[in-house]
Amino acid sequence: MKSKTAAIPYVIWMLIFIVVPMALVVFFSFTDRSGQFTLENIANVGKYSTVFLRSIWLGALATAICLLLGYPLAYIISRAAGGRQSVMIMLVMLPMWMNFLLRTYAWMTLLENNGLINKALGLIGLGPFELINTQGAVVLGMVYNFLPFMILPIYSVMTKIDTRIIEAAQDLGANGRKVFSKVILPLSVPGIITGITMVFVPAVSTFIISKMLGGGANLLIGDLIDMQFLGNSYNPNLGSAISLVLMVLIMICMGIMNQFDDGENTGGMMI
Amino acid sequence: MKKLLSLILMLCCACSGLVFTAYAEADKEGQTLASSTGVTINVYNWGEYISDGTDDTLDVNEEFTRRTGIKVNYTTFATNEELFAKLSIGGSDYDVIIPSDYMIAKLIRNNMLEKLNFDNIPNFSLIDEKFRNPQYDPENAYSVPYTWGTVGIFYNKNLVDISEEEIGWDILWDPKYAGQILMFDNSRDAFGISQVRLGQNFNTTEPADWYAAADDLMKQKPLVQSYVMDQIFNKMGNNEAALAPYYAGDAAIILEDNEDVGFVIPKEGTNLFVDALCIPKGSKHKAEAEAYINFMCDVEIATANIEYIGYSTPETAVRENLDPEIAENPIFYPSEEILANTQVFTDLPDDINLLLDDLWVQVKTGGSDDTILLVVVLVGFALLYVGVLVYKKTKDRREQRAARKK
Repeated sequence: MKSKTAAIPYVIWMLIFIVVPMALVVFFSFTDRSGQFTLENIANVGKYSTVFLRSIWLGALATAICLLLGYPLAYIISRAAGGRQSVMIMLVMLPMWMNFLLRTYAWMTLLENNGLINKALGLIGLGPFELINTQGAVVLGMVYNFLPFMILPIYSVMTKIDTRIIEAAQDLGANGRKVFSKVILPLSVPGIITGITMVFVPAVSTFIISKMLGGGANLLIGDLIDMQFLGNSYNPNLGSAISLVLMVLIMICMGIMNQFDDGENTGGMMI
Repeated sequence: MKKLLSLILMLCCACSGLVFTAYAEADKEGQTLASSTGVTINVYNWGEYISDGTDDTLDVNEEFTRRTGIKVNYTTFATNEELFAKLSIGGSDYDVIIPSDYMIAKLIRNNMLEKLNFDNIPNFSLIDEKFRNPQYDPENAYSVPYTWGTVGIFYNKNLVDISEEEIGWDILWDPKYAGQILMFDNSRDAFGISQVRLGQNFNTTEPADWYAAADDLMKQKPLVQSYVMDQIFNKMGNNEAALAPYYAGDAAIILEDNEDVGFVIPKEGTNLFVDALCIPKGSKHKAEAEAYINFMCDVEIATANIEYIGYSTPETAVRENLDPEIAENPIFYPSEEILANTQVFTDLPDDINLLLDDLWVQVKTGGSDDTILLVVVLVGFALLYVGVLVYKKTKDRREQRAARKK
């Protein structure tokens, strides 16, 4: 009974800051400027199919790369000695202490045609390569900025794996590969799911990375939504409709992901 | 003994000196500090658009408080659209805002500006005749010009091999400079350039004109390195690009940063923009806001602002106060001949604004898309979801059956 009364402030908070804004997004999506019901906004979203596809594709790519890079690292950290573990985790977190915008800006000066990377390559007679203003640069920006969100949940799940289970597997004659595929991997699935969610969702809806590293021509959904609110025409209705379609898309993706999470494990975070 | 005496004397001197300076300071403050009125006005301006006391410049807002006793709460915005979004959501209580020409027209149309009482703004008489009764505010009832400027082309002298006189807007469409051209990441300014090339009016309400301009911009897209705004400071400074259209007022910074960069205003014509002081509807301190506007037009204050900002002034008296190197510089104060060939943006109807945004996305993404594509993707994902669900169910059932058999 007591825990219920304690939850009331959170429920009110959620109502005001989650339910009401969501309802407003839905309301704006289905009305026109004068507040009349219309389906035109939703229909107009279809005009931007390529932007949606590009966002999902680049977001998925960034998530996959984050997983490939982050999983082994999380494993290594979780198996390191205690003191070193916290140092390594701090090093993973360290870039996040800096402002997000600043970090992306720094990549701009690195990747430019006259930037540090091309200058260094020029010294050994290579290049210049076209690094900035490409989709690759956008993916790089996403991976760089969101990698810690992949490493941390996998790491926290992995540290909880009981070493006795691994020892038991070894005692029963499983070799290294088998221990990994039959014990460690299945037990770390909740962390992987959380990591994928935490990287994919912000990557799909980012806009500043594509603006700074993509040269403004590699539009993502985030840019499109930004344009509706701070663009020339101020069109919150279309902006809400795009957000709504994006939300549905992300919800379906997460729904699929969550099916891979076995019900018994509670370490993973739901969307 | 003598030594002691001289020491005492010296100490006395030092003390009296201290006392003296302390007196002088009290005097100075007493003279100029107006008693506080308890009123605070909210001023909403562009970033880096006022003399703020850095590098020994005059802190204009502090000076206003000193003269009038009215406090200033100063905040900044980055685009006209941001300002509009803020004002139309409501809940903000700004007393003085400084939008650009077309945004002023839009605010007037939406009944979001307060008419000014020019009896409270005697310094309006200092504004040059040609900046009065502008197209965006034909009866000059709502706005007082603050700064103005033109749009031109920044070019890198080492990368562009033709002379300054020959540079026109067409150079931004020259395949020779493919990948070295920066372009406005702002629909109105970007379309403006194509509109000059096509000989259109900037404020045309003919959709066909806008489609033609969008076509022109799409032809340019393969040559464009990136669509940027303030990043051009960095990119032109590092020789990262050869050509970039931008505002003349920023020439002071860019040209000083990299001496290989030049600036030219093409003869075919260009955009002349004006930023002006206005009072939004619902201001609670209208008289104080008018006092602030009047203060900003004061020759001494306006000179400090213009020296700091680098944009051009609408007051001849201020221009005469400036360093002749700036006051006579054709970048900041172009010849009458060039000025005669400029156009000012004004408000567009809603449907044209919507079309403009839509065309701008098309320019940047390379054409319009099929709705089918998105529907296919959505349905595909949904089917996948259902597929996974069904697969899991059957797998569970099979496992249960297997368990039962055991």
